[in-house]
Amino acid sequence: MDLSSINPILLLASIMAASTPILLAAIGELIVERSGVLNLGVEGMMITGAICGFAIAVGTGSPAIGFIGGAVGGALLSLLFALLTQVALANHVASGLALTLFGLGLSSLLGQGYVGVKPPPTPKLDIPVLGDIPLLGPILFSHDLMVYVALALVAGVWAMLKYSRAGLILRAVGENHDAAHALGYKVVRVRIAAIAFGGACAGLGGAYLSLVRVPQWTEGMTAGIGWIALALVVFASWKAGRVLLGAWLFGGVSVLQLNLQAAGVAIPVEYLSMSPYVITILVLVIMSADKSRAPASLGRIFHASQ
Amino acid sequence: MKLQLEKRPQPSRRWIYLSPLLAVVITMLVGGALFAALGKNPVEAIATIFWEPLFGEFAFYYRPQLLVKGAPLILIAIGLSLGFRAGIWNIGAEGQYIIGALSGAGVALAFYPLDAWFVFPLMALAGALGGWAWGMIPAVLKLRFGTNEILVSLMLVYVAEQLLAAMALGPMKNPDGMGFPGSRNLQDYPAAHNADLITGSGLHWGVVAALVAVIAAYILLGRHMLGYQIRLSGEAPRAARFAGVKPGLLTLFCLGTSGALAGLAGMFEVSGPAGQVSIDFNVGYGFTAIIVAFLGRLHPVGIALAGLLMALTYIGGEIAQGNLGLPAAAIQMFQGMLLFFLLAVDVLTNYRLRLLRRPEAA
Amino acid sequence: MTDALLTISGLTKAYPGVKANDEVSFDIAPGEVHALLGENGAGKSTLVKMIYGLVKPDSGQMTLRGKPYTPYEPRAARAAGVAMVFQHFSLFDALSVSENIALGMETPPPMRDLARRIREVSETYGLPLDPHRAVGNLSAGERQRVEIVRCLLQEPRLLIMDEPTSVLTPQEVDILFTTLRKLTAEGVAILYISHKLEEIRALCDRATILRHGRNVGTCVPAETSARDMAQIMVGASFAAPAKARHDAHGQVILDVSGLSVASPSPFGTALKTIHLTVARGEILGIGGVAGNGQDELLAALSGELRTAPGAIRFKGQAIGQLSPTQRRRLGLLAAPEERLGHAAAPNLSLTENALLTGAQRRGLLTRGFIRWPETRAFAQKIIDRFDVRTPGPDTAARALSGGNLQKFVIGREVLQDPEVLIVNQPTWGVDAAAAAAIRQALLDLAAGGAAILCISQDLDELMEISDRFGALNEGRLSDIRPTADLSLDQIGLMMGGAHGMEVAHV
Repeated sequence: MDLSSINPILLLASIMAASTPILLAAIGELIVERSGVLNLGVEGMMITGAICGFAIAVGTGSPAIGFIGGAVGGALLSLLFALLTQVALANHVASGLALTLFGLGLSSLLGQGYVGVKPPPTPKLDIPVLGDIPLLGPILFSHDLMVYVALALVAGVWAMLKYSRAGLILRAVGENHDAAHALGYKVVRVRIAAIAFGGACAGLGGAYLSLVRVPQWTEGMTAGIGWIALALVVFASWKAGRVLLGAWLFGGVSVLQLNLQAAGVAIPVEYLSMSPYVITILVLVIMSADKSRAPASLGRIFHASQ
Repeated sequence: MKLQLEKRPQPSRRWIYLSPLLAVVITMLVGGALFAALGKNPVEAIATIFWEPLFGEFAFYYRPQLLVKGAPLILIAIGLSLGFRAGIWNIGAEGQYIIGALSGAGVALAFYPLDAWFVFPLMALAGALGGWAWGMIPAVLKLRFGTNEILVSLMLVYVAEQLLAAMALGPMKNPDGMGFPGSRNLQDYPAAHNADLITGSGLHWGVVAALVAVIAAYILLGRHMLGYQIRLSGEAPRAARFAGVKPGLLTLFCLGTSGALAGLAGMFEVSGPAGQVSIDFNVGYGFTAIIVAFLGRLHPVGIALAGLLMALTYIGGEIAQGNLGLPAAAIQMFQGMLLFFLLAVDVLTNYRLRLLRRPEAA
Repeated sequence: MTDALLTISGLTKAYPGVKANDEVSFDIAPGEVHALLGENGAGKSTLVKMIYGLVKPDSGQMTLRGKPYTPYEPRAARAAGVAMVFQHFSLFDALSVSENIALGMETPPPMRDLARRIREVSETYGLPLDPHRAVGNLSAGERQRVEIVRCLLQEPRLLIMDEPTSVLTPQEVDILFTTLRKLTAEGVAILYISHKLEEIRALCDRATILRHGRNVGTCVPAETSARDMAQIMVGASFAAPAKARHDAHGQVILDVSGLSVASPSPFGTALKTIHLTVARGEILGIGGVAGNGQDELLAALSGELRTAPGAIRFKGQAIGQLSPTQRRRLGLLAAPEERLGHAAAPNLSLTENALLTGAQRRGLLTRGFIRWPETRAFAQKIIDRFDVRTPGPDTAARALSGGNLQKFVIGREVLQDPEVLIVNQPTWGVDAAAAAAIRQALLDLAAGGAAILCISQDLDELMEISDRFGALNEGRLSDIRPTADLSLDQIGLMMGGAHGMEVAHV
């Protein structure tokens, strides 16, 4: 065992990158849940985004187009969920599960020819001056564009929910869809838009996994990250700022356990690999005391009768 | 003109039965289109999946497989359906299945090579207890801390998978296995082997357990107060509390029972068809059982039929893989699609479609 | 009338199986308070929703200020100067007052200006409000102010008010009327929906009366007796409950002392040291504005909420910790307010709903197994004895009309021979004939020696059937007094006056 092989600066820097997929998925789901919809299909949308992004990046040679493709793939899949829950009025939990099962199957079908292929590399931004600051430079300013896109999304979602009219309407729909309908807001349209945004974010997160984090395509490569993202929204009490905190925490745990594995700690690898899931459960236990922040219409089916 | 959904005064009896069938038909059509897109003959592919295992040349081999694959699905789905009816969402059956298998196999390996009648019953008990205990974790956390059982039960699947790997590579590794991962093969240990009761029939103890579970669930839901309380809690939680139902006890019962049944299924699998604890022992029965439960309309008899149908797609899918080169993932997707269409068609049970014409000037 | 603000002619709207509005015509003049009167289900809500753009009429025309008016959505209605104060469903508990108001406006000003304007308008019209409080923490009267201020900020020409006084104390009603008169003086027309005749006589200039979706008459309320209006509204006379007054000095059977318990819901009301007793043969009426602890009181008495054992005594036995099932076994039964989802499960059949509370006292179980034939027979008996209109016991509860389901729910408890029966809003949203039948059943039950605690927001109902009266206000129960000696003013004071909010200087 050689703990001194762990470089704290690289560790912190890689936390930034490791937290990006989960951050993207969670911020998308946050919007979905704030609109009163519980989409348990994050895992399915993420892995679909992972393969769509991967295939398109390989096909075009451009990671940027790949990321767009991942987002579109996730959004398209999420529209199936929207169809089920908003049009066919199906149960949110069951539909979300269906989406995940379907997405897992779809992705492995699409990914058949891509096992073992290397994707085009995503360049790191070399930010002049800032990147050269000792300590902070490598930790904060030496990442690829998507890391910053994710952070910008969090900031954007935070500002939208807090200050904008659209954010107010979104919250209103999630709090009380009957009242929102009575005031003339298009509950179903707002929710479909939120679901599609959530799908695009999850897809983006998935594409980041397959194009940057791993980077290759393997079946089932999301390995529960989508579910952890769902837990993260609960952890964050449906607040954007705390999603960021939570994502760093989980990014930290997964990076740390990988580093410990690499350092050859005398704990079997499997027990280290368990740790993110166990910690998720622990965090859920600690955070579940405060349920009051959950949107009041979360998971309820809306039908504008008469 | 415009289509509009209109709530029915009461659920349509006709559509309760028709919607699963319609979902299967739509899935076949869309699935066929999918296979065509993959460059396969759609009719041949569908026929291979649904016809070949039952009436094809090698049906004598495949038919018993129907029971072998259907039993764990039905056993797990029966347990899940109780919770789903009550609005308690255990989606971690895969984990409970693994832990049940590990517990059962653990007992067998502990007694190896003792040849005694009680080894197998003890294994079954251990399997059920293991699954039960794994299912109780989300139940107790929900009760004590209000933790969401969906997320916890699911997280525990990943924990169980890692535990399975640790066991297959560590404590349960076959000491005579020349370093290969995986435990001793229980098929070679008569006291622990869950063999066919009638050779070649596919009828092992797991099938018997599944049958018992279907009958027991049928009686529980239709005739017993506990089953009534389960249904009431799912339909109207406030009314259930008013009626005197204790939601906590119900949570413990539903998650515990579904855990125990999933654990049993895992134990029957590891001591029978699979034979040994290995890294890739679990094949997703715990998740497919969710589809089975919904497709069976959360009704015991429906679940039995749906379980057999789903087993058919597994077997047919394998044949199609061999004969037509259809990718395994296509079958997985096919199963996901089935649940999708079912949920979509289900709207017709409670709503009716109405074609609205523009209001005519009176 | 040529100078009418809004003219409605021949509006018709049909839903499957029922014509909600059938050729309804009338007009509203500027500065007029126009009452829309009718029983539950007479089609008032549908009509109003068409005016507000929530529902499209099948046929008929509306003209607003001489121009054709066809609002395709509420936004269009608001733009045309039509605003609406809803009875339910239009506020967001978790959002603040100013956010709630911004949601009801087309182009709200920035939040800071909006808060200032809310203060201005609310002061002008005597409706004090703090823009930054969460709506969930407001009293029913204050919540209504939010709705009214939301409408006023848009300077409407027509203000629709749907049953506005159902959530107010008599004193708060006075404040509201003052506000409304001030508005009409400025030329705003008000369409006032209600079934409370006295208040329409006090406030409204003209009244249009609906029955079964048709306009069955227009009158000037001030010149028409309440009795005549009721006759037109109901269409037939029905028997008022025959009250068998008895000496309410039976043995005390339910004794609540020092009952305090927190509410299970986030915006609920905690009960604070409640004392009351109910004797055999007596009906104790509990009044109060909605949301002052009614649901919690029912839950604590029915056993859904556990309390300190000694806080509730049944025939001297401490039962505060007992479950609903155990209390039922003793003879304490309850019927909650919300029919669908609380008193009954919407998707289950009437037979299954009969089992919901009847399992123990009717002996419908043997060792945990359900005796379905007996259960079905019990459901059939309720249907027969309480004249529940339904195809049969296999019908789903949600398929019944409100009145019929309520008769089923009350009948289910009454036919179990309760020694104590707790009911909450027994006739809420129920047609007059069913309401009369339910009240009669309660009176008969009391005459037979049962003790009844009736929680209701309908003061007329409580005055009619109860022997003694108390009121809930923010989880506290007032002194309990004999009904016969009470004046409306006293009742108002018992209900908590204007919720401690001063009447602003108008």
